[in-house]
Amino acid sequence: MSEPTEFSFDADSEAKITMILARYPEGKQASAVIPLLYLVQKQMGRLTGSAWLPRVAMDVVADRLGMAPIRVYEVATFYLMFNTKPIGRYHLQVCGTTPCWLRGSDDVLRACKDAGALKGYGDSSADGLFTLTEVECLGGCVNAPVLQVDDDYYEDLDYARTVALIEALKRGERPPIGSSIGRQTSAPEGGPMVLTGAEN
Amino acid sequence: MTKLFVDGVEVEVPAGSSVLQACEVAGREIPRFCYHERLSVAGNCRMCLVEVEKAPKPVASCAYPVAEGMKVFTDTPMVRNARRNVMEFLLINHPLDCPICDQGGECDLQDQAVAYGKDGSRFLEQKRAVKDKYVGPLIKTIMNRCIHCTRCIRFATEVAGVPELGATGRGENMEVGTYVEKALTTELAGNLIDLCPVGALTSRPYAFVSRPWELRKTDSVDVLDAVGAAIRIDTRGPEVLRILPRTNEDVNEEWLGDRSRFSFDGLKRKRLDRPWIRRDGKLVAASWPEAFAAIAEKLKPLSGDRIGAVAGDLVDAESVVALKDLMAGLGSENLDCRQDGAALDASRREFYVFGSGIAGIDDADALVIIGSNPRTEAPVLNARIRKRWLAGKFPVGFVGPAGIDLTYPVTALGEGPSAIADAAAILKDAKHPMVLVGRGALARPDGAAVAAAAWALLRGAEGLRADWNGFCVLHQFGGQVGALDLGFVPGPQGRSLGGMLGGGVDALWLLGADGFDPALIGPETFVIYQGHHGDRAASRADVILPGAAYTEKEATYVNTEGRVQRGRAAVAPPGEAREDWRILRAFSAVLGTPLPYDTIEAVRARMAAVNPVFGSGFLTAACSDPAGPAGDPAALGDAPFVPPIPVYWQADCISRASATMAECARVIPPAMAAE
Repeated sequence: MSEPTEFSFDADSEAKITMILARYPEGKQASAVIPLLYLVQKQMGRLTGSAWLPRVAMDVVADRLGMAPIRVYEVATFYLMFNTKPIGRYHLQVCGTTPCWLRGSDDVLRACKDAGALKGYGDSSADGLFTLTEVECLGGCVNAPVLQVDDDYYEDLDYARTVALIEALKRGERPPIGSSIGRQTSAPEGGPMVLTGAEN
Repeated sequence: MTKLFVDGVEVEVPAGSSVLQACEVAGREIPRFCYHERLSVAGNCRMCLVEVEKAPKPVASCAYPVAEGMKVFTDTPMVRNARRNVMEFLLINHPLDCPICDQGGECDLQDQAVAYGKDGSRFLEQKRAVKDKYVGPLIKTIMNRCIHCTRCIRFATEVAGVPELGATGRGENMEVGTYVEKALTTELAGNLIDLCPVGALTSRPYAFVSRPWELRKTDSVDVLDAVGAAIRIDTRGPEVLRILPRTNEDVNEEWLGDRSRFSFDGLKRKRLDRPWIRRDGKLVAASWPEAFAAIAEKLKPLSGDRIGAVAGDLVDAESVVALKDLMAGLGSENLDCRQDGAALDASRREFYVFGSGIAGIDDADALVIIGSNPRTEAPVLNARIRKRWLAGKFPVGFVGPAGIDLTYPVTALGEGPSAIADAAAILKDAKHPMVLVGRGALARPDGAAVAAAAWALLRGAEGLRADWNGFCVLHQFGGQVGALDLGFVPGPQGRSLGGMLGGGVDALWLLGADGFDPALIGPETFVIYQGHHGDRAASRADVILPGAAYTEKEATYVNTEGRVQRGRAAVAPPGEAREDWRILRAFSAVLGTPLPYDTIEAVRARMAAVNPVFGSGFLTAACSDPAGPAGDPAALGDAPFVPPIPVYWQADCISRASATMAECARVIPPAMAAE
């Protein structure tokens, strides 16, 4: 996908913009740059299947907030959560930080490569479905290893379950988010260990 | 005021000063890269670390406010160690290419690495490589060398008012640039080269040309706009290699417009380096005596009122006074220095100078701009207006064409002179109101009325007082005010330029005057062109006398605020060309009535006799008499104002001959962004 020549917010986004801008005092609208960029990325994902920030869209945001375009580019390129290049339909973000790595993030990575037909980090699959990115700690260490698909966390993964997840995504399904081994939130594996009422 | 101790020395600085400023007051040198007096504080290079008593860590002195009784130490083992290690970090990604770097020899990083760094690096990994950026025809970038001080970003955003540079990416991947490749749309880009403490932004025309220690440096003043910026002309042998600004707080601070800085390559092209005489319709090379004889033969039979003289925009006061005296000897009162036909009333100085002075902009509290685009006419002055606007509470009204981006917001009052009356609302509550009248606003049929209306506007706002004169005429070139000061205007019976054209005189002496269409000169008129460039007027001339450009003569110029300044000769004029007043003096001897001065001191004494300003160099901010200039304020026309300099880059004979300026004009869109 190449750089589009124009961008405008759709009705959904416009409704949200009104809400977002109302959070900031008059004259401080530039504060809304991050939420607006996020909106752009969401809208791109919704309408084109690739959640990224085209340059024209950044210009539209700059214009809307009365900022110089370069100030918007600075913000957009600073945060790794903003994609300044087109990505696949599903953004596979593998956490490679120590806890996940110790718990087998290498297997998750291998599963992503195998099932998603990806060469490695930074690659997008030929069918446009997946883009693979390495991210730093997602804060889900208790249920490591974690794979973030777009905004959703899939936890307690191993090779087989990651492959199954990716196959499901290929079929257009969205498996339930959270632990893939049925763990309740971040409770101990296999259920509660303390305060079960069995003591005393 | 706050008292504190720097290395045991007690100093007193204004409250709110930074520790770095206090250290400077105490005479301690603090190394720095990102800190710059005229820019906001960034605090990101960490080179200015000092020790403060009771502070657990070294503090960045540029961003640390002083406190009463604070004890600062600038040369302790802790400070030295901190600087050494900061320097080691700065050099991690900096290439060791000093031998091929144009900044070499005048590089802050080089100097400070020697002074404060250590002798080696412990960094054995790969250095990062950054793609070079294109930011226009004036600036060469080698982004590997960038140390991310962000001075360029802050300058572009704050001083130049073109927020086009930024830092994209983060951490290891941070890059300074425009993100979307484009030439910076500013007339002050050259200052980025001076600001850059390393060799990341260097001068493109000066690339691989010279080393600083090979250059001979001559302090002079700029004439390519009417600000009269202080400049340093760097030469090697007979060649001007670059022009840099000098600091003059009252005039240009430390900035310089790009035309003034980069158009010097025009001094090597299209030069007149020997006299020429037109014989049978063709110009043929001649010697000085032949040229003088040809002129004398033509002028002798003419009566004075059939001879005229026009002074150009870049002329020095010495040659103007010599030409005036020569014309007086010939009995001519047909003098004019207003090639654009500007209705400037030369009877009183307040009517044609920038009354408040350029530094007076800092004191003004309301401004109305009439028929001027200061951004193209005087970019440094425009930056000063912007600086004043940034300080707050500064309404700016604008009478002139719509769609001009002055880098600060203006209240558009209208496009034509009828809007001048509406401007009173802008000045209503001002204690120091200012009305900036562009020379272009006066160069029109109703010019005198515009001047009178502007004067009346200011008078109504009480801006013409003994302690404040807000009537500011913005001229376009460095020679214009000096000629007015010397009264180079038609005498009581004399003709103005319009009267001299179309056969109004039989002989016309053009002293560097190529600001008007020479086709307007009558076909029978004998034209003498004395100047340094073979521009359009020279091609019409019957005799060409080669003069010296502003870098080649000891000369006096008066800037738009009426400040008398001396330019110095940095190089010799090319070939047979001579200093202009000497040419006129030599010719007067051929006529048999030699001008009564043989030395430059004698010429200057004569100038001072004509106008005492040239003796004292005084500036006056006071308005002695509220009576306005000639002109009926009611006679305003309806025609909208037109910016007199449509293309900033090519406005005079030097910049028109410059290849650098031609490239700028080709690449950089006019600053009329429809914002």
